[in-house]
Amino acid sequence: MIEKNGIVVSVEEIQADIFILKVRSPQIAVEEKPGQFCNIKVSDSTFPLLRRPFSICDVEGEVVSFQFNIVGEGTKILSQKQNGDILNIIGPLGVGFDFSGDFENVLIIAGGIGAAPFPFLIKNISDEKNIISFVGGRSKKDIIEYKLKNIITSTDDGSEGFHGNVVQLLDSEIDKYDSANTKIFACGPNPMLRALSEYTIESGFDCEISTESVMACGFGICQGCNVEGTHSDRFLLVCKDGPVFNAEDVKL
Amino acid sequence: MNNVDLSVKIGSLVLQNPVMLASGTVGYGNEISDYTDLSKIGGIVTKSVSLHPRKGNPPKRITETSSGMLNAIGLANVGLEAFIKDKIPFLKDIGSTLICNIAASSVDEYVECTKTLDSEDTVKAFEINVSCPNVKDGGLIFGNDVNNVRVITEKVRAVTNKPIIIKLSPNTASIKEFAQAAKDEGADAVSAINTLIGTAFDIYSKKPKIKNITGGLSGPAIKPVALAKVLEISRNVDIPIIGIGGIMNWKDAVEFMICGASAIQLGTVNFVNPSASEEIIKGLNDYCVETGLSKISDLTGSYSL
Repeated sequence: MIEKNGIVVSVEEIQADIFILKVRSPQIAVEEKPGQFCNIKVSDSTFPLLRRPFSICDVEGEVVSFQFNIVGEGTKILSQKQNGDILNIIGPLGVGFDFSGDFENVLIIAGGIGAAPFPFLIKNISDEKNIISFVGGRSKKDIIEYKLKNIITSTDDGSEGFHGNVVQLLDSEIDKYDSANTKIFACGPNPMLRALSEYTIESGFDCEISTESVMACGFGICQGCNVEGTHSDRFLLVCKDGPVFNAEDVKL
Repeated sequence: MNNVDLSVKIGSLVLQNPVMLASGTVGYGNEISDYTDLSKIGGIVTKSVSLHPRKGNPPKRITETSSGMLNAIGLANVGLEAFIKDKIPFLKDIGSTLICNIAASSVDEYVECTKTLDSEDTVKAFEINVSCPNVKDGGLIFGNDVNNVRVITEKVRAVTNKPIIIKLSPNTASIKEFAQAAKDEGADAVSAINTLIGTAFDIYSKKPKIKNITGGLSGPAIKPVALAKVLEISRNVDIPIIGIGGIMNWKDAVEFMICGASAIQLGTVNFVNPSASEEIIKGLNDYCVETGLSKISDLTGSYSL
């Protein structure tokens, strides 16, 4: 992990309120692994004071991209960055996805902005594997398909695709997959990850979830991003022990 | 003039420069060593150690506020035994002065921790945390009662000859009385301030933004309060002060020293800019050159009122 100034290449609004920020940062681009994140200082002032964590969305050559929606002042400032602006970035941070192994099917489960880490994961997974992306959102406008593969969608309000949440969608399709030959990778809001973890543990599917948390430092010193572990006396830290966990290892 | 003497004395403790890393903002040193050369800093104060491991508070533990943050970590730490076994070996080789911060739920626990660590050569001094606002069984309960601070200082003093620093709470009407009590019972210095109690609520869920309801406010938002407390101690009590509270850059550090601090500690800034300590040391050196100071210690309490 390193602290570096990156140069903004572009900020593009790919659909309503969803942005792709591209930053030239050769060192981070080389070191980054799918599922890891960077902690970005969005301004030079003390407003906002803390960095904002974003998972890596994709890496193209020396350019690292991040996908985000506007949540508060920090992301609003980030959305207004211009080509050539300098951003101080710490990264890559945390533990990413473990996509080694013999499984044939890769099931990606993305809820809303939880689609962010998957383009880079998909790029790193062998073409021989069968990748299916289950993409859910509250409504049609919340479905993010950016650089995903073989997409099946669900919406809570039924405005697009399967009418229901993304875990129900997965359940409706699960008979097509053999648990011994399949690995699930998921990212999304905590209630979704909680429901999915229960589902995959019960049905015996190997599942990794990428979690998010408020955090200050991003590298283990503030202790602010704790999450309850299943097999641990101490709290786990999203920034250092995660953000990607085996679904069985955390209680969200 | 390039040879500025940056060293400072805090009681019998000599630091190579006045910049220290505050307890609870640098863990046990290993994480931040990726970003900053620990051998260059004046001293590192470890995360509070208690006799037994503490899991700390459940999430959510932190939230950002205007130019600051609230935290209620709850003194999560590995406990004394693991600290000695697992953390001291790394700290032994950092090439900087190690100060061990001790938190406890009883006077006996403060004494036992200090006594045990007294024999560790790597530990050069103790900072006694009598001011954590985020635990129910200790911390501020002690820090808010001047008699408790008196008793703890006296008992801890009796079991070690190493320098003792009492970390004071700003959540009190008269910090100078606490500093005086610490001095009377033989403390070598006080550090001021710990965090200010604060809270923040979500206006739609109407719930507190951190699980503990209240937390400790830190960051640049508290700097004026911290400076006033340092000045209050400096004007009333003859004891070395380590200034803490919202220091983000070398100018803030200079301001604390002018108000009476012999040294300073960096806290929240470590989260935002983990290499801040080295930048601040360089800035202090340049300031001394610019203003013709040959010894940075001459800056301490140099206010003109």
